Amino acid sequence: MMQLRINGKDTELAAATVAELLAEQGIDPGARFLAVAINGSVVRRAEWQTAPLAAGDSVEIVRPFQGG
Amino acid sequence: MADPLVIAGTTFSSRLIAGTARFPNQQVMLDALEASGAELVTASIRRISLEGYSGSLIDLLGDKYRILPNTAGCVTARDAILTAELAREALNTNWVKLELIGDRELLYPDVEQLVHAADELVRKGFIVMPYCNEDPVSCQKLADVGCAAVMPLGSLIGSGMGIANPAAIELICSRSPVPVVLDAGIGTASDAAQAMELGCDAVMIDTAIAKSLDPVRMAAGMRAAVVGGRLARLAGRIPKQRFAEPSSPQLGLVGS
Repeated sequence: MMQLRINGKDTELAAATVAELLAEQGIDPGARFLAVAINGSVVRRAEWQTAPLAAGDSVEIVRPFQGG
Repeated sequence: MADPLVIAGTTFSSRLIAGTARFPNQQVMLDALEASGAELVTASIRRISLEGYSGSLIDLLGDKYRILPNTAGCVTARDAILTAELAREALNTNWVKLELIGDRELLYPDVEQLVHAADELVRKGFIVMPYCNEDPVSCQKLADVGCAAVMPLGSLIGSGMGIANPAAIELICSRSPVPVVLDAGIGTASDAAQAMELGCDAVMIDTAIAKSLDPVRMAAGMRAAVVGGRLARLAGRIPKQRFAEPSSPQLGLVGS
């Protein structure tokens, strides 16, 4: 278990990679139109299985939404 | 009479770019977008709700429309650049509508940060369409750093006040080396027509359609207005003059 900041919220969870984090959050890693950044850098989909998470990391998980 | 809009080498037959926000429901949004004839529609990039992620609205749009992600709400260049990069990853597009806000109440752009962010995004390979102020100098700077178009505001976002400074928009259009898309403040069809008559290459409309009483009908009206305004522009209007000039012949009048 480690402390992570997910979408602005501090949480404690067990996830070593982006793929594990998405699964832990109930998000289908195959879903289209998703993007992830760790500490201000985009992590490409191809790297989700391998990109490691460290304690204290700040993660953004985003999708397109209505907008003008 | 083909008169396509060309932005960054991509051709569009519609000169109306539509937003996807503020509609009463998804079905109305889809019907209104259809009625508008838009080919390019905008979307924002937002954190997923962690209380249960479900398929997004963009799943409905993704294949029918070209999506132009925006960096709406960003107040720093750093956030706007990250948002653009996330958008590129999420949507597999390098097009971005760059919005960098300098005042949360007025939603006026922070031009200094905007030019800096645009410059960096162009270097990173993005096709940048910046929402900017109605200032020929700002627009020139944005074009100089490589923006594919400029999007000067007509008036405040969502205000429906129309084109507050038509002279400035006309100047921008006459000088701009890149397409000019009037973005923000359009309130009704005549505003959209006016934008095209002033020389704009396209208009961006969201609130005026979405929040009208009948969005589908307004979308159709906007479509017609954009076409009408563009035809009038290309046709070359008569000049305004301060005196009357009779249209019927002066000779052969009854009783003369």
